[in-house]
Amino acid sequence: MAVQVQIPSQLRPLAGGAAELALDADDVGALIEALGARHTGLRERLLEPSGEVRRFVRIFVNEEDIRFLEDMRTKLSDGDTVAIVPAIAGG
Amino acid sequence: MSTIRELIQSVKAGIREISAAQAREAQARGAVVVDVREADEWAQGRVPGAVFIPRGFLELRIEDKAEDKSAEVVLYCAGGTRSAFAARALAELGYTRVSSVVGGFGKWKEAGYPIDVPARGLSAQQQQRYSRHLLVPEIGEVGQQKLLDAKVLLVGAGGLGSPAGLYLAAAGVGTIGIVDSDVVDVSNLQRQVLHTDASVGKPKTESAAATIRALNPEVRVITHSLRLDASNVLDVIGPYDVIVDGCDNFPTKYLVNDAAVLTKKPVVYGSIFRFEGQASVFKPGDGPCYRCLFPEPPPSELAPSCDEAGVLGVLPGTIGLIQATETLKLLLGAGRPLVGRLQTYDALDASYREFRVRRDKGCAVCGDAPTITKPEDLEWSCHFEPRPVAASA
Repeated sequence: MAVQVQIPSQLRPLAGGAAELALDADDVGALIEALGARHTGLRERLLEPSGEVRRFVRIFVNEEDIRFLEDMRTKLSDGDTVAIVPAIAGG
Repeated sequence: MSTIRELIQSVKAGIREISAAQAREAQARGAVVVDVREADEWAQGRVPGAVFIPRGFLELRIEDKAEDKSAEVVLYCAGGTRSAFAARALAELGYTRVSSVVGGFGKWKEAGYPIDVPARGLSAQQQQRYSRHLLVPEIGEVGQQKLLDAKVLLVGAGGLGSPAGLYLAAAGVGTIGIVDSDVVDVSNLQRQVLHTDASVGKPKTESAAATIRALNPEVRVITHSLRLDASNVLDVIGPYDVIVDGCDNFPTKYLVNDAAVLTKKPVVYGSIFRFEGQASVFKPGDGPCYRCLFPEPPPSELAPSCDEAGVLGVLPGTIGLIQATETLKLLLGAGRPLVGRLQTYDALDASYREFRVRRDKGCAVCGDAPTITKPEDLEWSCHFEPRPVAASA
């Protein structure tokens, strides 16, 4: 499934500077593996060594947090937008 | 050419006039009663249940109150003349059941019918200062009085607190508290518009208080020149109705969140980084809290959250004003607040996005079995120091 992935500023250096990436994946877990395969280090910024999403990063499929969907097994459809939203604390 | 007296007579002849007693009966059977006088007259007393649309705005606003042109509408003014002209205007708009009260509010009072007098009307000066608020149906005098009675705490008088504080003061929020332990640095002035070149080196609380007082001397400014921690946070936030989180570090964000959940106070959240900003409203009881969204802060080596991270100077203006707007909405009870919704703004892309934030039943502070039951300081440092590597034997 072709999906758009939105990369926040702080992770863009790891994604070759891209703000958005187009990737093919059937679910969120596969998407993150695909991101990691393409851009070294990105997967580690998103996931704990245990494979869970880090607690200071949220992953949304369209508008919904994957924690309230099926987490890493959340299915993706053509045209979905996956947003990575990190905790930031600038004021 | 007719005289004004003849004109009034001809207008009155062309409309339906009713007595105060008939107006009362009409209201009892569901008629919309509209007070077409000016704001200062309305402020001194009015017919209970009447809606306020000054004559000059009648045609523009009547549809908000009486959409159906066959609805029964009763208009009154002070003596029955302005309402007669108003009745003719509504007839021209197609309203078919309009009447004007003979003798207006004066006759209503004479008849001994109940009137509403606001406990404290706005002063003439306040009427002028807030006149553009008084014209907004969602605010009006009742809303303005709510703002004047409100107490808002700004956590941080920096990039976010500056625009929020300026606009909340301008809007007439009666009491504004400011927490900050820093002094103004020249590098702050690129975005922290509460401070001026002349205030470099002064405590931010004092500088911010002076700017706010210069803008609106009516605002009571309370300064808290300290760093919030577990020992003082409950005392500091205690007197306030709404907390605007404009702080620049994770320990304070989590501390304020937890204290607000424990005391059931809404937090209007904002955060910025370079060209990106986030805003939301965390309202205990109604929606999730900050910990539901981000259960833990990032380790300091992964957190570009400190003042050296860099930010476009205008970005906190955009996010801080979303916070000011949400604060006013909460105080007024108007509109749909950002509760349960995270709004993000990307200035480079000029795009806003919105994500759903749900209450996490497992949340450490607002979940079903909370483990945080009093404020706790977070061990966290902005400055990442690599752990010393053990010397090899």
